[in-house]
Amino acid sequence: MLDDFFIRALLAGIGVAFVTGPLGCFVIWRRLSYFGDTLAHSALLGVTLAFTMEFNIALSVFVISSIIALILIQLQKRTNLPGDALLGLLAHSSLAVGLVVVGFLTFIRFDIMGLLFGDILAVSVNDLLIIWIGGALILVTLKFIWKPLFASTVNYELAEAEGLNPDRAKAIFTILMAAIIAISIKMVGLLLITGMLIIPAAMARNLSSSPQSMVILSIVGGLLSVIIGLFTSLEFNTSSGPSIITAALLLFILSLFKIKQSIKLKN
Amino acid sequence: MSSNQNILVKLNNAGFSVNKKWLVKGVSLQVEKGKIVTLIGPNGSGKSTTAKIALGIYKQIDGSVEKYTNKIGYVPQKISIDWTLPLRVNDFMLLTERLNNEKIDEALSLTGVIHLKNKNLGDLSGGEFQRVLLAQAISKKPDLLVLDEPVQGVDFTGEIALYELIKKISDELNCGILLISHDLHTVMSATDYVVCLNGHVCCSGSPMEVAKNNEYKALFGEQASQILSRYEHRHDHIHTDEGEIKKN
Repeated sequence: MLDDFFIRALLAGIGVAFVTGPLGCFVIWRRLSYFGDTLAHSALLGVTLAFTMEFNIALSVFVISSIIALILIQLQKRTNLPGDALLGLLAHSSLAVGLVVVGFLTFIRFDIMGLLFGDILAVSVNDLLIIWIGGALILVTLKFIWKPLFASTVNYELAEAEGLNPDRAKAIFTILMAAIIAISIKMVGLLLITGMLIIPAAMARNLSSSPQSMVILSIVGGLLSVIIGLFTSLEFNTSSGPSIITAALLLFILSLFKIKQSIKLKN
Repeated sequence: MSSNQNILVKLNNAGFSVNKKWLVKGVSLQVEKGKIVTLIGPNGSGKSTTAKIALGIYKQIDGSVEKYTNKIGYVPQKISIDWTLPLRVNDFMLLTERLNNEKIDEALSLTGVIHLKNKNLGDLSGGEFQRVLLAQAISKKPDLLVLDEPVQGVDFTGEIALYELIKKISDELNCGILLISHDLHTVMSATDYVVCLNGHVCCSGSPMEVAKNNEYKALFGEQASQILSRYEHRHDHIHTDEGEIKKN
């Protein structure tokens, strides 16, 4: 069954959606969508590194993204530039450096479009293992830091005062962000990973009244996006990433109708 | 030092500065079991900062803090819940501690907001929100309660009731309370020890002692020493960035 590229892509996408659901909620709650973008852009550098050193792609993307996150923290301490400017600086310079390095690697045939927008043909059995094992590790870790992370998302000082160690939870969460980008890059592509994180979560917000229901609906939304997106990708021969994100967008638009109704009911 | 077993938290000459500007300096105080210590002082006098030093939120401090408990309830001065986060009162009660339904209901009933249990936090009024914050802080029966203007926005009768509740909690749970309040009347009637701040400790002692203190009078005006009078203050001195005191 795993011989079929489409089944492999479907399983990979489903694995990714289970993880982006809950992480995406935190990305929205903590206003991290641009931070996610920055990590994703730096992933190209990780990919080129993997090719030159003949290293595992997911692992090297994970390493590079984590390094970029560390550099960001250092820059925040050393300059007074606002956070969004720093993120832009890192996002675009790491993408640029990555593309320059790709230019030098003439001896390797690169599928740049596949890297940027995802390629369902590229998912191997090995990638599937990385997605499912890596994804399970991410979810278990998230469950472990859920309470301090969530409490500090609501109010940092309250979490700190009542003894929950929010700084550690935040640091671990940053690593989880790097990890989800590393495992989902082949499916969605590095330009669209943040979309996979925030669009299903944004849709879920429109429909939910508690944090738990938002997480569950965000996973459901991600799963539907992957399934609808991949079938369209197969049917119309489009890149997998844009197809999945377009499906997510359609779901989001549908969710707006529900919110309109509830506002009407209130009035 | 009488190494008193009742001490919950103790500040020794503590201070905190940001960019070489002192927010508060040289504060020594202690909170004991069953006692209410109140911080008073004008805006910007370092009341909230002192509370955050005591809680360990500010770590790079001058002087030292000794904390003898980890069971702490905190009502911050300000919390804003973003719309993106759907949070009901019930979810908020479970924020820092796993509580059973009974305990949640008990705390919410005590602060008079049990009927709001399934409401979204964003839909509450200011006063209702304060009551929920207070309920969250007391729900786990803490050893130490730190309340930063806990009744702001609460209506007048509710205010009196909540202060009575705070006093009752202190007695029943035998917990220590560090209270920041603007209401001198309540402060004077329900407090064991008052610390008057203005970037440093102006004066401290029992409410009666503080009311008679000249620095307190200078800070809050002559009338304030007649206890029942309402809040009014004049600044007789300013603070330089180095933390020095200059008379006007």
